[in-house]
Amino acid sequence: MNINRGVWLVVISLLVLVGNNPAFAEEETSSFRTAIEGFSSSSFSKKAKVIENITALEDDRVLPILETLLAGDLYYQKSDKRIVFVTEVEEGYQLTSADSGEDLGVVSKRDVKKVVTNNGLRKQLRTQIAGYKLLSKKKDIRLAAADDLIKTPSPEFLEVLNKSIEKESEASVKEALQAARAVILFDSEDPADRLQAVSDMEGFPNKYILATLQNRFNQIEEGTYSEPNALVREELEAALKGLRSQAAWYKFIEDLFFGLSLGSVLLLAAIGLAITFGVMGVINMAHGEMIMLGAYTTYVIQLIMPNSIGASILVAIPAAFLVSGLMGILIERTVIRHLYGRPLETLLATFGISLILQQLVRSVFSPLNRSVITPDWLSNSLVVNGFLSLTYNRLYIILFSLLVLFGLMLLLKKSFFGLQMRAVTQNRAMASSMGIRTGWVDALTFGLGSGIAGIAGVALSQLTNVGPNLGQSYIIDSFLVVVFGGVGNLWGTLVAAMGLGVANKFIEPVAGAVLAKILILIFIILFIQRRPRGLFALKGRFVEG
Amino acid sequence: MNKTQSKWMKSMTGAAVAASLSLVSGITLAADTIKVGVLHSLSGTMAISETTLKDTVLMLVEDQNKKGGLLGKKLEAVVVDPASNWPLFAEKTRDLLEKEKVDVIFGCWTSVSRKSVLPVIEELNGMLFYPVQYEGEESSKNVFYTGAAPNQQAIPAVDYLMNEVGVKRWVLAGTDYVYPRTTNKILEAYLKKKGVAEKDIMINYTPFGHSDWQTIVSDLKKFGSAGKKTAVVSTINGDANVPFYKELANQGVSAEDIPVVAFSVGEEELSGFDTKPLVGHLAAWNYFMSVDSKENEEFIKKWHAYIKNEKRVTNDPMEATYIGFNMWAKAVEKAKTTDVDKVRSAMYGIKVPNLTGGTAEMLPNHHLTKPVLIGEIQEDGQFAVVWETEKEVPGDAWTDFLTESAKIEADWQDPKIMCGNYNTETKKCSGQNY
Repeated sequence: MNINRGVWLVVISLLVLVGNNPAFAEEETSSFRTAIEGFSSSSFSKKAKVIENITALEDDRVLPILETLLAGDLYYQKSDKRIVFVTEVEEGYQLTSADSGEDLGVVSKRDVKKVVTNNGLRKQLRTQIAGYKLLSKKKDIRLAAADDLIKTPSPEFLEVLNKSIEKESEASVKEALQAARAVILFDSEDPADRLQAVSDMEGFPNKYILATLQNRFNQIEEGTYSEPNALVREELEAALKGLRSQAAWYKFIEDLFFGLSLGSVLLLAAIGLAITFGVMGVINMAHGEMIMLGAYTTYVIQLIMPNSIGASILVAIPAAFLVSGLMGILIERTVIRHLYGRPLETLLATFGISLILQQLVRSVFSPLNRSVITPDWLSNSLVVNGFLSLTYNRLYIILFSLLVLFGLMLLLKKSFFGLQMRAVTQNRAMASSMGIRTGWVDALTFGLGSGIAGIAGVALSQLTNVGPNLGQSYIIDSFLVVVFGGVGNLWGTLVAAMGLGVANKFIEPVAGAVLAKILILIFIILFIQRRPRGLFALKGRFVEG
Repeated sequence: MNKTQSKWMKSMTGAAVAASLSLVSGITLAADTIKVGVLHSLSGTMAISETTLKDTVLMLVEDQNKKGGLLGKKLEAVVVDPASNWPLFAEKTRDLLEKEKVDVIFGCWTSVSRKSVLPVIEELNGMLFYPVQYEGEESSKNVFYTGAAPNQQAIPAVDYLMNEVGVKRWVLAGTDYVYPRTTNKILEAYLKKKGVAEKDIMINYTPFGHSDWQTIVSDLKKFGSAGKKTAVVSTINGDANVPFYKELANQGVSAEDIPVVAFSVGEEELSGFDTKPLVGHLAAWNYFMSVDSKENEEFIKKWHAYIKNEKRVTNDPMEATYIGFNMWAKAVEKAKTTDVDKVRSAMYGIKVPNLTGGTAEMLPNHHLTKPVLIGEIQEDGQFAVVWETEKEVPGDAWTDFLTESAKIEADWQDPKIMCGNYNTETKKCSGQNY
């Protein structure tokens, strides 16, 4: 936005300085200045009027003003109500006049006031900007403008659309432009126009197009709208049918994606527990708090490096691993190692630890949630088409969770530490007599599980709020996944997490979020009755050991 | 004294009771003070919201003492921690009334904690000021409700969306518990009465702390693409809001397309959010920190000085606490005693200034008159007021939009009625006390 504005500023100043006869330019500037002065009013309807007036001017200065206003960066000087662009400098704001592009010097932040917008204004701005943007040279901008016009069909753009369709060379943009025009033509008196509209809409994957067709179809059925032309009616029905089946297919893909993404969150939360509970057999009720510590580490890292939020997440991953891992080792050395073989006492002790950690965080960071900023590369979504878009944060988390899982498997299967760990958990006495320091292996294993929980916390900080209760919401789910998948089996954890996630997301649209959760729980209870060892039970001599 | 006290409680909330007791009684003589009970959770899940209110009451008490106390006596705050544990609220209330013999209690946040306190406070004839917006359908002799009833928050918000924004399709989304369920029942009845068709209303409930909103937001997008202006009325509680708004933003639902008006998102909640995805969404409250008035400016200055942190925000329940406290103080001076029954009769008709300008008046149904404001969330976590009611709206204990409740009235002043649930048809009060 800012670069954009900078470019526009240069363009404007050039135009003003070099372009015209100075006297004429001055007069014109002052009339434009009065035209936009209305933005300093506090009434939203007055501002709407100003937008309407200046967009009719076909002036190069209008678009940057509208865009800046939409971004909420347009200001006016309190002294003379002059509309200005600002750039933040150390002493306050560097002002540039919005009408003449002239430099107005640096003033204190108190001397200017922001032009406030509301939803209504922003909507108007978006449509007007869309009109301007249809003529843009960049493909993406034209495409976005077409999408905006599909959402809010505005008949006044019909001519612009016709012109740009003729000029358009990109096939995908042309289709979108035609669809945008179709939504407008759909209300035309001329049956030929309507037929053209329907054929343009056919097969164009977009929710709004589908809804437009659906509405018209319903109206014809109910008799509130009569379509006199039989051919249009027929085409309409065919187009609707095609789009519906397309929509149903993409809905399936979307549900699957949602399921996998929920599964990946469960997986992340549970992997650490699969080590501490699954491999070591420690019922660790403080597992959720390890996740919480990871999330708070992310928060602290962002405080330390406020200027590079994008990179902060990457730094937070090893940091969270260390913080939670060290905390895990500390807990293991001080509390848990005295309680091996006494599951009930372990449960109570770790539950106590979880309460202590929560209250500790409340005292240090306050009981309020902390705001963790989502970097830009984790925001928004990957738009496949008008029916399907996949959110980036979820995509990355799916990849990340698999990465963590396979990394961990590699560590367990291929490294010397993994070998020692497996030896200790399978036969402690034998391992000890082979010279393995079982105590240290225990501590490191617990640290590893806790550290991975910390990593999960980094990922979760991007999805949910970072507060003292963060861990509690995931502890039950984590145990569920580990038990369901089969204790001590990482593949089981993967299958269980993804299975539960997908099942949940396919039940949810039908039964609602509350019932879906209950149904999954009932299913797991019944399943555990039949197969107490979970999906992938460990076999072999050491099972009971 | 207060400095040590608040520090102490921050570090050891578990021992808050003992702490405040020993500190307070070390300075003043018990017999010479008026005791003010503070019943807000300082640990557990609700600490996030309630700790602030505890600090607000302590600030108000300190302030009153600076002005010379009440009836020539100093006020003494007795802080207890019910730890977000509902039955513990009842026990702590009993402690406050029987052991500590407090004259008034400020406390509770969730409806279930208030319901847990009700039988005790009625049995022992105490006085509770409840400062949070709630679902209504209640009026107890011993409770003054200084937060909004549904007709002071939910209904005006819907009116705004319907008349000013032109919303035709409605999503009522809430967390699955009593406040959203009741509010949505009232709203649904209200919308239908206004001629909204069944198919244009979508109701959705989610469990507490719900964090995976993908399916719901996707459904909502689909519901909103039907060509009519759609809005979401959200009674989603606390922690579930962050992932909800994040998902909305990530899936490309902007406030211009589908605005969300929330009843549980205030300045305090926003201070823990990354506000970028929320800009433009709405909230309905009776107070916003951004409102420009002399009283509000003073209040904010006082709060910053008390809490020693310029960044702390103020919010609606804090204003409700402020109003409740001032009303009680005024009523005590009027009644010239702290006796619960006498203060209660002095309460009716008492007027104190709101922080947003205008006045709050205590009605005989134990609710207040309140202005209703709609604000749009700004990037700095504050609200820009986009609409407000012309004058204060009187709180209605029993909603007029459910057939069962429409005929019920609460009046604790009229000697012919004197109950919280008078049935105007049978001319009788029902058996229950509240």
